[in-house]
Amino acid sequence: MSGTRAPGIRGTSRIRRPAVYVVVSAGLLVMAAPFLWMVLSAFKTDRELTASPPVWIPTEWTFQHFTELLERLDMPLYFMNSVIVAVFVTVCNLVFCSMLGYALAKLDFGGRSKVFAIVLGALMVPGNLMLLPLFVLMSRLQLIDSYAGLVLPFAAGAVGVFLMRQFMLSIPDDLLEAARLDGAGEWFIFWRIVMPLVKPALATLSILTFLGSWNNFVWPLIATNDPGKYTLPVALATFATDPNKSAGSNGMLMAGSFLVVLPVLIVFIALQRHFTQGIATAGMK
Amino acid sequence: MSTTTTPAAKTAGKRNGPAQRRAPADGPPRRLGRQNAAGWLFSTPFLVLFAVFMAFPIVATLLMSFTDFGLRNVTHPLDAEFIGLENYTKLFEDEKFLEALFNTAYFVVVGVPVTVLLGLLVAVLLNNGIDRARTFFRVGFYAPVVTSIVAVAVVWRFVLDPTDGLIAGLAAEAGFTAPDFLGSETLAMPSLIAMAVWRNLGTVMVLFIAGLQAIPTEVREAARLDGAGTFQELRRITVPLLRPTTLYATVITTIGYLNVFEEPFVMTQGGPSDSTLTVSLHMYREGFNFFHMGYASAMAYVLFVVIMAVTVLQLRLLKDNTS
Repeated sequence: MSGTRAPGIRGTSRIRRPAVYVVVSAGLLVMAAPFLWMVLSAFKTDRELTASPPVWIPTEWTFQHFTELLERLDMPLYFMNSVIVAVFVTVCNLVFCSMLGYALAKLDFGGRSKVFAIVLGALMVPGNLMLLPLFVLMSRLQLIDSYAGLVLPFAAGAVGVFLMRQFMLSIPDDLLEAARLDGAGEWFIFWRIVMPLVKPALATLSILTFLGSWNNFVWPLIATNDPGKYTLPVALATFATDPNKSAGSNGMLMAGSFLVVLPVLIVFIALQRHFTQGIATAGMK
Repeated sequence: MSTTTTPAAKTAGKRNGPAQRRAPADGPPRRLGRQNAAGWLFSTPFLVLFAVFMAFPIVATLLMSFTDFGLRNVTHPLDAEFIGLENYTKLFEDEKFLEALFNTAYFVVVGVPVTVLLGLLVAVLLNNGIDRARTFFRVGFYAPVVTSIVAVAVVWRFVLDPTDGLIAGLAAEAGFTAPDFLGSETLAMPSLIAMAVWRNLGTVMVLFIAGLQAIPTEVREAARLDGAGTFQELRRITVPLLRPTTLYATVITTIGYLNVFEEPFVMTQGGPSDSTLTVSLHMYREGFNFFHMGYASAMAYVLFVVIMAVTVLQLRLLKDNTS
């Protein structure tokens, strides 16, 4: 993933085919169309929203849908809820996944293979299998409608452990052995030597985890009843699926979707390398 | 935890040689003690979270599926009554469940091949036919993957809207009337599939690009020297060497689609007349709207067994074809 060139096939004549560019560009346009339509529609007047033939570029840009959205939905609150949950989930994952990743990659302990088997098993279990008792458990612990209830089930993911282990395997054992001979404890080695060395992996893991939490829907839908604790997707879906509230408010829905998607797209475009790296690492095994 | 002198340890030791030898066999004692303790300490946070929020719920779902667990039992879980396999037998008489099963199968059978093939196509085009702005294209095709499914579903609902929608507008311009995609029993599911393909294409594409870049250049060059054309190279070299990637992409896409929930939840609420009711959506409703939680648990396990069976089958089929 380091370069963006195809290895060694540049310069052969049959590679530069303008037709490929045309096909791929057309494909890209189809991929981008819903986004463009969303962004532009968010700024259209109601008349242009329902115009036929469709108007792509608003002749008159308006913020009316955004102000209306802020009046009717407490967007800043949902935004903050999403941020708080995502930050806690990310920090927990960085610490816990790295700790286990280090143990699995670098510590020689009895039961290591069993723990690794648990991680691999956890990778394969679908989330649906846990929802019902998890809801009952959270109700009993009185954690429904709490940040803890939203964070705890996602505080350490098997994918993260796997990712950290893969990166930590490449750290030379001699380095850690030297530190041990100097009398460094395992916690010191982990925190002061290993963690600084795996910063790129930590960056990848934090982006993947933050976005995973930001976009998570099913569990926040189940674990919140109080609108005060809704995350952005839950608030948007609750509004969009209630015909009494959302009827005829496509402009507001586009403005809302825009506000949910925009931060993610910016982060993604700025840091896209980390995404593809994470996917590739998880996929290549 | 028991000392090596208990009778149990002695009998256990007979199989693997004398019991005393087991301790030193694990490694040099100097580092073992310290690393052993550290290893378990470093594993503890994950293992505790795993035990409470995964292992326990997985077992609890199974137990709940044999009971009449209902709303009352959310506060008094132990009062739920054991009813044996009743939930499971009821499932296969539940027409809604059978329909949901069919709808989910439809989603997978149509959606997975389209997603994987389009993802492969885009990856091959980007990898072999594009040498400028490749990152730009890759980012563009991958963007839908990272966006909130809820926001995306809301946008697609608008795109497909029969009166104000983008497609309806474009069709009107071209002189014909677009159908009411989400309001039609025959078109609602294909519409959801189209959206899922749009959204998941990027994941498959990235996997295939990684797979393509792992193919050694020499292999391609050798094929070309032997006179292989573009198509032959694709068929004889690229596709066979991509088998592991194809397998992985197919399996994860299938698992994702078998669990499909958000698309019908936001876009159609399972309608019209249950034509987009999926197993996950049915389970969600039975469990969290009607609080038939024992019944919903049985559904969760049936879905789990289906997923395991399909995954094993795919691993078999696609692996066997390699040789």
